[in-house]
Order: sequence, then C-alpha cells, then structure tokens
Amino acid sequence: MSAEYAVETINLWRIYKDKDREVVALRDVNIKVKKGELFGILGPNGAGKTTLIRILTTLLLPTKGDAFVHGYNVKTEDHKIRSIINLVSGGEYGGYGLLRVEENLWMFAQFYGISTSEAKRRIKELAEKIGFENKLKDFVRNLSLGERQKMNIIRGFLTDPLVIFLDEPTLGLDVPTAKTIRNFIKSWLKESSDRTVLLTTHYMLEAEELCDRIAIIDKGRIVAIGSVEELRKMARNYVSAMIEFYGTSPPAGIPGVKGMDLKEISPKHYKGKIVGEEENDVIEFLEAIIKSGGKLKYFELQKPSLEDVFISLVGRGLENEE
Amino acid sequence: MKSEGIIWRVVFARAYPRVIAIVRAARWTVGGTIVSLMYMAALVLIYKSINAPKEYYSFAILGSSLLSYWDNVIWSMAMQLYWDKEDGLLEIYMIAPINRMALLTGMALGGMTMTTFRAVIIFFTGILLFKAPIYVQMPGHLVLSFFLALIALYGVGMAFSSLFLMWGRQVWAVADLMMEPMHVLSGSYFPIKTLGYPLALMASLVPLAFGLDAVRQSMFGSSWGLLPLKYEELLLLLYSIFYIFLARYALRKMEYLAKVEGKLTLRWQ
Repeated sequence: MSAEYAVETINLWRIYKDKDREVVALRDVNIKVKKGELFGILGPNGAGKTTLIRILTTLLLPTKGDAFVHGYNVKTEDHKIRSIINLVSGGEYGGYGLLRVEENLWMFAQFYGISTSEAKRRIKELAEKIGFENKLKDFVRNLSLGERQKMNIIRGFLTDPLVIFLDEPTLGLDVPTAKTIRNFIKSWLKESSDRTVLLTTHYMLEAEELCDRIAIIDKGRIVAIGSVEELRKMARNYVSAMIEFYGTSPPAGIPGVKGMDLKEISPKHYKGKIVGEEENDVIEFLEAIIKSGGKLKYFELQKPSLEDVFISLVGRGLENEE
Repeated sequence: MKSEGIIWRVVFARAYPRVIAIVRAARWTVGGTIVSLMYMAALVLIYKSINAPKEYYSFAILGSSLLSYWDNVIWSMAMQLYWDKEDGLLEIYMIAPINRMALLTGMALGGMTMTTFRAVIIFFTGILLFKAPIYVQMPGHLVLSFFLALIALYGVGMAFSSLFLMWGRQVWAVADLMMEPMHVLSGSYFPIKTLGYPLALMASLVPLAFGLDAVRQSMFGSSWGLLPLKYEELLLLLYSIFYIFLARYALRKMEYLAKVEGKLTLRWQ
C-alpha cells in the first residue's frame, strides 16, 4: 500500500451487531483523501460520520474492507497510526476539572513524549492563535462549553499530527467561537503541506467554508464526493424553492421532487425548501397542496445551492432526521 | 525519545491529577478522612466497652488506615476507566501512542500517594486519640509486607478497571458489593483468623486480607496471624504478579471488545 493518500478506505463496511438486531453504519465506503487536503464528511446525525472517524482513528475495527492512514492499515498497524494522528470531538469534556488548563494540556502532551518545555511553548503558541492565552491558568471545571472546546482544539493540535480528525468540532458553539476555530483550522493547514484535516460536520456552511472536497454521507453510504465547486455544478441540474403553506401534510409521491427540508413550525403549518428536477415538478408540488385543501402562504424559486444538492441526494435536509 | 522515557512520562503525567488532588480536592480528602475516623472511633469504643485487649484498638486503627487504600482501589482505580469513558476521555487515551499499562501504573501511583496522605492522618490521629499501643516487632517485614500489599491491592484495581468497564452500568452495584462485605471479610478490625480458616482463606482471595494480616503480624507478632508471615508475603507476591498480569490481559480484552463491538469506549454505553 503506497502512502499516496493521507486517508484511504476501500469497500469499507461497519455493521454493529446487537442481541436482536444489526445496524449497518457504513456501507461500501470508498474515499481517498490527499495529503494537505481539508476533506469534509457532511451528513445528518446517524449517517455514519463518527463511525468512519472511529475506524480511521483505530478505535473501531471495520467489519469488511480496508482503511489506511498514511499507508498504515488500521487493522494491523494501529500503533503506527496513533503516533501521527489526533482527534478532537465536539462536546467532549476533555480533561480533569481540578487541573488548570495548562496542566491538563501538559498531561496529554506527555502521552506523546513531548518534553515539558516544548509542551509549554506549544500550548502558549496555540493558545495565542485562538485567543485563549488568558484562560490557561483557569481550572478546567470552570470553563464554558466554548472554552472547553478551545482547550480541546489545543490538545488535538499540540502533538502536531500529520492527520487530524475533527468530529463535529464546532458542535453547539456560539458563532464567534466557531468562527475562531474555523479560522484556526484553515491557518494551521496552510503552515505545512504535510498536514491533512478530515472533518465531519452537519453544518452546511462549515463544510462550504472550510473544505477542499466534501463527501456527502447518508445511511452509511457515500452519495457524492467532490469539491464545493463540483458539487455546486451538480446543483445546476436542480430547481429549488422556498415554500410556506398550510395543509395536513406535505404532498408525497411526486417523482420529480427529489427531496424536501420542511419543518412543521406550528400545527398544519409548514415552511422550508423543496428540490425538484425541473420547474414543473415544483409546480406539481404546489398544485398537490391546493388539491388536498391546503393553502399556499409563500413561494419563491431560488438559485440552487450546495444544500439543494444535499437535499436532492439524501431526500431531506441536514437537520431533519428520519 | 526512548520508549522507556515515554513510559515514565505517561506514568508521571497520569499520576499528577491524583497527587495534586491532595491539595485541590482537600475538602473531599478531609471529608473521607473524617468518615473513616468516625468509623474507627466507633469500633475502638466498642472494644473499650467490652474491655478487649488494647491491641484491638490498634487493629481497628490499622484496619481503618489500610481500608482507605481499598476504598481508593475500588472507587478511584477500578471505577476510573468508567468515569473516563463517561467524560469522553477514554477515547483520547485509547488513540494516544502509549503503553496502556503505564497509564494504569500512573493511576495507581497517584492513588497510592493520595491515599497514603489520608491513611497516615487516620493512623496517627487514632493512635494519639485512643493511646493505642504500637509495636514494630519486625520492621523489615513490615516494610516488605506493606509494599507487597499495596502492589497486590493496586494490581486488583488495575485489573478491575477494565473489568468494571466491561460490566457497564452494573458497575455501581459491583463496587458497592466489594466495599461493605470486605470491611468484615478482610479482617480489617480484628485478626482474620477469628473468622475460622475456611472463611478466612476464602476472604484472602482479595489481597487486602493477607496484606492486613501480614502487616499486623509484623507489628504485633506472629501469634495474631492466620498463616506464617513468610507464607503470607509469598502469597502477596504471587497475588501481585497474578493481578498485574490479569490487568494486562483485561486491558487487551477490553480494547479488543471495544474495537470489535464498538461499545466500551463510547459514552453512555
């Protein structure tokens, strides 16, 4: 296996077996992430993003297929992979409450054989980059969610990994903190061509802003891979409309309507987006609302976006779980 | 850096939160110490009221001191990986390129240091408060049996940390089950031979019983012991080796199950 790619999966499957059921978390996943790339995996909750990250970070074994990180097999060379990667997950606590932030980070640095003086230098440098230097003396237990996530970001990047896996790194964060973290990720990647970031997210804008290429995943299957531009080009094949209406339920079974992201904002009152193959499909959808006794409140055709590609491929919006 | 160097870094780093807890979690340390002191005082007063030999006061004091290690082994060693999992820290440990046994050794050394602080306070407060007699008849054996007991006890903690993780949410019941019965079965407050040989030997499967008995013999003489001191020391050594190997095996098994089943290292599983 050549180490041409930072991450490569070949026909990767993961099936969770319980006493009375089987859950297929990944189905025949094939991705190739180039070195130096910021690769995004975009999908709704439960799509299989975290399972993929857990396999690539050696926390989980695949059921079938292979996965490689810098050419090392996750099944047989986990120790080699661990020394070149790190992982930051959104919402993790990330330390011991009675330690100060800098002590907590120092502790994790020791696990990678980083000397105390070097660890301190890196902690200070990274903290300055994300505007966290005034929190290093604080106790971990006193940090807010956003501050904790900044600490976790430092922990992940402190070891200067060749590949960093970021699993929903801005989950639940306020806009300024999320922006700071996104800016930091971009600048970190630019500092060296050896570095690779694999990021999972269910925030469309985050994927668009950060990623060189994106894989859209749903129900464990990769449904599209491409650069943001390539995926946007796919959107040109669709017609998208914002819509708000009153009715018993959204019309179903219209073949040309590829997906919808509608929310029931109050009883029998729906608002959101539909994506169709052509304008006639959208018109058919509107007619179906009126035929079933519904009332149209608002309607506007829109320029297709990456979000529309997602809806058309997955059949629903990112926030809508089945 | 040489791998031995990294191992010691890991040991020291993982011990650090526990050592610093002596100062930073002082309220918790003091609270636990007061509870142990009250328990010990109750037993000494019972012995006083029935005119038991004064050595029994010392047994209760010694037992209370050493039981604090058992508390630490169960609640801070055996339960620790479970706590870490709940906080999402276990995943971070598992992806680090470290020797897992070094991590457990760090936990154990940190726990020993933290608990020694508590045990010493309990011991000297008891001695001073109740004017209990203290002898050290065999100082060399006292040091040897004390350290062997600690190694064996923390070996149990290291082994149970992975096993507790595999038992999942039932872990609370298991931990409780291992606390109160051990207070009696370990012979912490009286010579274990009082239980009779069959029960005493069964109780000795957990090294606390032999550890206490060996320390007691080293201090107060062999007439109080269950087995000859040398045999108890040998058994403690064997326990140490057995439990440390069990810890290594359980850790590998836990990691394998975590990777195959995908559950153990995840929060809320």
